Amino acid sequence: MDMTQAIILTIMTAATPLLLAAIGELVVERSGVLNLGVEGMMVMGAVCAFAIAQLTGSAGLGAIGGLIAGMLFSLLFGFLTLTLVANQVATGLALTILGLGLSGMIGESFIGLPGLKLAAVPIPLLSDIPFFGRLLFDQDPIFYTSIIAVIGVNWFLFKSRAGLRLRAIGDSHTSAHALGVKVVRTRYLAVMFGGACAGLAGAHLSIVYTPQWVENMTAGRGWIALALVVFASWRPTRVLAGAYLFGAVSIGQLHAQALGLGIPSQLLSALPYLATIAVLVVISLNRRMTLINTPASLGKSFVPER
Amino acid sequence: MKKTLLLLAAATALAGISAPANAAGMDKVKACFIYVGPVGDFGWSYQHDQGRLFAEEKLGDKLETAYLESVPEGADAERAIERFARSGCNIIFTTSFGYMDQTNKVAKDFPDVKFEHATGYKREHPNVTTYDSRFYQGRYILGQIAAKVSKVGTAGYIASFPIPEVIQGINSFILGAQSVDPDFKLKVIWSNTWFDPGKEADAAKALLDQGADILTQHTDSTAPMQVAAERGAHAFGQASDMYDFGKETQLTAIVDDWGPYYVERISAVLDGTWEQSSTWGGMAEGHVVMAPYTNMPDDVKAMAEETEAKITSGELHPFTGPIMKQDGTEWLADGVVAEDGELAGMNFYVKGVDDKLQQ
Repeated sequence: MDMTQAIILTIMTAATPLLLAAIGELVVERSGVLNLGVEGMMVMGAVCAFAIAQLTGSAGLGAIGGLIAGMLFSLLFGFLTLTLVANQVATGLALTILGLGLSGMIGESFIGLPGLKLAAVPIPLLSDIPFFGRLLFDQDPIFYTSIIAVIGVNWFLFKSRAGLRLRAIGDSHTSAHALGVKVVRTRYLAVMFGGACAGLAGAHLSIVYTPQWVENMTAGRGWIALALVVFASWRPTRVLAGAYLFGAVSIGQLHAQALGLGIPSQLLSALPYLATIAVLVVISLNRRMTLINTPASLGKSFVPER
Repeated sequence: MKKTLLLLAAATALAGISAPANAAGMDKVKACFIYVGPVGDFGWSYQHDQGRLFAEEKLGDKLETAYLESVPEGADAERAIERFARSGCNIIFTTSFGYMDQTNKVAKDFPDVKFEHATGYKREHPNVTTYDSRFYQGRYILGQIAAKVSKVGTAGYIASFPIPEVIQGINSFILGAQSVDPDFKLKVIWSNTWFDPGKEADAAKALLDQGADILTQHTDSTAPMQVAAERGAHAFGQASDMYDFGKETQLTAIVDDWGPYYVERISAVLDGTWEQSSTWGGMAEGHVVMAPYTNMPDDVKAMAEETEAKITSGELHPFTGPIMKQDGTEWLADGVVAEDGELAGMNFYVKGVDDKLQQ
């Protein structure tokens, strides 16, 4: 493995959890629900994945456990905001705070234990392609899932009838309801998908990225994922670009430091945020396109008329 | 305000009347701790919490403790410290450098509460004490080991924030390394965080990719140790013994042992003998402990043990001249030992660090 490959691999590892959490949240927001609890669902995914991997001795089961944990946790949000029609912003924030606390409690006995790492699954033949084979086809299953999720969500939203309905709900839940679309049920499914993605993103942190459990190990990644969705103007391909750009600049700045170039480290640390915002703002300059892509009912509660 | 003052005066008077025989001391003390990271970081905050638990065990019923974890440095810390001060804490330990100004600010308003700030240097009020450990002593030994064990002659250093304590560590490490190999190189990455396992792992990978084969860190998670283990490099544990995360990787670790200090200071409050002080304990006081030397040849181990003994006895001080600053000017003349004040405010690199320090 040469140095370029090593650097690109590091970037991919850094980008995968952001991408997964963001693509899940994108679907949630496209359905008109704003779930600010990404960080909380992610950290719950991380702790459950780690715990299940430890208890069963299988990192694969851990990954699935993380996914389910995120999904179950998001159901709490769904119940509060969709069934009880609580304020989405407040509920989402509460979900994050609850997740950080609860995960600390669940994970207490797992602190200081080295974890299991989810093994890479090389894809036969494809992984033998020089240079790119190692990068794209000799990775862990969560990486593959993140890429498939982007392609799948892109197809679902813009090519399938169900996706069209979901977007219609996000733009005007009353109109969609009037047309007979099941608003609450669709939103529940979207929220659960978002939770599953965030949970899997958390699992990536605790069994692939850094195989260990430490409290608060998401360290704000859920918030970055949330920001990525907005700056990518709710387009899956742009989320992909944004997550990888963020990863690339984060890793690039570390290398710039190790080379001893003498650029202030504080500035370099801020660079991933600045670069991602700048690029995504530039590609969203077409205001009409941005308006079309913004879910008009985002964050608004829906009470079906009886 | 007047009412509060009156109440306070009354309360003080009452306290004076009710316990005349024990005027200065107390029967029970409430000690409160503020941590910058989660207690489960298995590093810096974890060790402080171990110290708290140690004190609880030693002092039993006479001690009640409380703590707040993951309190951000800066303005947020002020609210946390003030909340503790209001809630009846008798002594408050604020355990990160970035709480320095906030600790002093709150201390002014609560003259009866004792404040102990870790790793800082400001004691603006008589009820503020500072305490720290001479981690640089351990880092000198790490540097020596690194220079012996490294095959390429380059180590990678994951630093947090450019504050004196961290700069001391980097300088001490390179001085230790140079005492073995004068051409030893050190690459530094500033992560600008105390705790972010992912980012620390990324920094570790970047340093290894650029040719370092030994890692040391001044951040709080075990992630760099794991990366080193995965890549077959060596690393040093930080704050806690991280051996379990790299059984074939960890050479040793600098372990912070705050327990004895916390017992001493809380007991002083109980006895009524607490006074402002500035403690800077090291290996001699048992505040800085080296984890077992592992994964190294016997001669390297012997060298490390010898250096440790010399530092403990006071025979060796890592910052003893001749030492040049990075820009080539002389800092310490031959045989001169750096003063504590100079170390506490250290803001320059010594010669040999491959990085430019931002002020």
